[in-house]
Amino acid sequence: MQTLTNRAKPVDRRPMNFLEKMYLPAIGKGMVITFKHIFQKKPTVSYPEEKREFSPVFRGLHILNRDKEGRENCTACGLCAVACPAEAITMEAAERKPGEEHLYREEKYAARYEINMLRCIFCGFCEEACPKDAIYLSETFAPAHYKREGFIYGKQDLLIPLPGEQKNA
Amino acid sequence: MGMNLQQVVFGILSIISLITALGVVFSKSPVTSVLCLILTFFTIAGHYVMLNAQFLAVVHIIVYAGAIMVLFLFVIMLMNLNAEGEPQKRNWLKYAGAISGGALLVVLLAALREASLPSLTPASNDIGLIANLGQTLFKTYVVPFEVSSILFLSAMVGAVVIGKKEH
Amino acid sequence: MQVDWFFILEKVLLITGVLIISLVVAMYSTWGERKVAGIMQDRLGPNRAGPLGLLQPLADGGKLFFKEEIIPGASNRFLFILGPSLAMTVACMTSAVIPWGDTLTIAGHTVSLQVADVNIGILYIFGVVSLGVYGIMLGGWSSNNKFSLLSSIRAASQIISYELAMGMALIALLMVTGSLSLKDIVEQQRQSGVWNVFVQPLGFIIFLICSFAETNRSPFDLAEAENELNGGYHLEYSSMKLGFFLFAEYINMFISSALMSTLYFGGYHIWGLDSLHVSPNIVTILGTLVLFIKTICFIFFFMWVRWTIPRFRYDQLMRLGWNYLIPIALLNMLITGGWILWHQH
Repeated sequence: MQTLTNRAKPVDRRPMNFLEKMYLPAIGKGMVITFKHIFQKKPTVSYPEEKREFSPVFRGLHILNRDKEGRENCTACGLCAVACPAEAITMEAAERKPGEEHLYREEKYAARYEINMLRCIFCGFCEEACPKDAIYLSETFAPAHYKREGFIYGKQDLLIPLPGEQKNA
Repeated sequence: MGMNLQQVVFGILSIISLITALGVVFSKSPVTSVLCLILTFFTIAGHYVMLNAQFLAVVHIIVYAGAIMVLFLFVIMLMNLNAEGEPQKRNWLKYAGAISGGALLVVLLAALREASLPSLTPASNDIGLIANLGQTLFKTYVVPFEVSSILFLSAMVGAVVIGKKEH
Repeated sequence: MQVDWFFILEKVLLITGVLIISLVVAMYSTWGERKVAGIMQDRLGPNRAGPLGLLQPLADGGKLFFKEEIIPGASNRFLFILGPSLAMTVACMTSAVIPWGDTLTIAGHTVSLQVADVNIGILYIFGVVSLGVYGIMLGGWSSNNKFSLLSSIRAASQIISYELAMGMALIALLMVTGSLSLKDIVEQQRQSGVWNVFVQPLGFIIFLICSFAETNRSPFDLAEAENELNGGYHLEYSSMKLGFFLFAEYINMFISSALMSTLYFGGYHIWGLDSLHVSPNIVTILGTLVLFIKTICFIFFFMWVRWTIPRFRYDQLMRLGWNYLIPIALLNMLITGGWILWHQH
């Protein structure tokens, strides 16, 4: 049989000699190993005090973007919902009324935009599908919640706040 | 004059040992019986201590309470004996037991009636201490002591033979 | 009869002190165990409750106190409660004969730091240890649970088997020291300056292995093997009764560590302590500290072994006890006897 790697090691099946049968040398060896571990660097990250760096390509919670004038980018085209493999995104479109130009950039906007964070697999396809630069994946993750409903994020959760406006206030 | 401390302790110990000894006989559940027996052994060890025989007391606890009774309990637990599972004894067995027990009692009484109890002399008070006991065992009674150890050895050999027979 | 009130007060204080110290040491052994486990596995261990997690034992104890108490319906209620109480009582009883230090002189009275200097100290410990199995057996049996029953049977046979080898290792030690009193044994080591471990190395190794088995510590923790018996004899226990069982194990560990330090490592003796030019009381206190340091080293050793060696299989355990340890212990006795004879002539 051809081996995949040359790391295979034949099993030593020789009968144990007296010293090996006493097991004490082996136990001593094991204890030296565990003792060495006392002085090793601990990889534990004490979470609330220190946080692990996210990787540069980390895909976390979504945000809905605004343009420079603070208008919502989303035009409710539905491409993100189509692209979503987990079918986590739903939306309802509405037409922009006259006088709302300072709120929405396009003539059509999302009146309702929901992402179910329990379904979402954070693949980032929505981000790639969006033609309007409206949805981005940020560098945070969904906090815990007591109810399933709490994981359905609506527009008020997703939209980045306007300057000077407090989110969830 | 009232009773001194020793008499009080002796009385309490005796009462407990009698009650627990009766408990051994009258208890329906084998586990309770064994536990009563262990308590009886403890009170007897207490009596030994009062006789200044600490070595005997401790050996009594180690051997009887610590080893033999553990084995008893072990067997009872393994066989899962309990009060409901106690087999009905035949009537003639009960009568035979009562008669032989009564006969033993008569013999004991007859023997004890004649016996005079010499009061303990202070010199004999230390016989239970380990040094004196060792001197007695290994000087005065060395032959019986060794003979009894041979007896134990033969019992051990017998146990090993029985254990090996199956294979 | 003149009642010596000072004597009674002294003993009461000593007993209370020893009990409290045993409990505190046992409490912090649980913390130490988790910390040692943590650092040996490259973790941090408990570090949330208080600085370095030092309040963790209190939190654990509080949790156990407030847990719901469950007594299985088909169990024997009296024995079910008796089991953990017995385990705890027996664990605490052993500390009575260990000499925690030399004598202190307070206001003209000489106070011995030993609760009871009985002339059968070692046998007393032996007796108490042999009773320790009752707590486990009764607890396991009265739970009316197959796993608990199996576990208590295992515990009983294990403890009986290893008691033999332990006793024989001790007999060899007694042949050397010629005394059953622990105080005498320590004083002999102190006067000669030679610890018994150098006289009886083989006996010490046997005693060490057996004390692992007697305290049900890994690698001999077959009685509570969590992967085959789901925790064994304390499977049905909850609340503080479970706490008692767990606690008894740590007290046992503390006591057997203290015992090993006393019997084989000179107790409160350390070279050079007696030649210090300080008052005898300070020497005594330093000696007690020395004993505690030795004990703590042994406790650490217990934990170190636990986080290194996997558990024995049951047949391996029995073979080790009966086929190896007992013959080696007998051989040790023989060698010791020969050595003593050779020295006499």
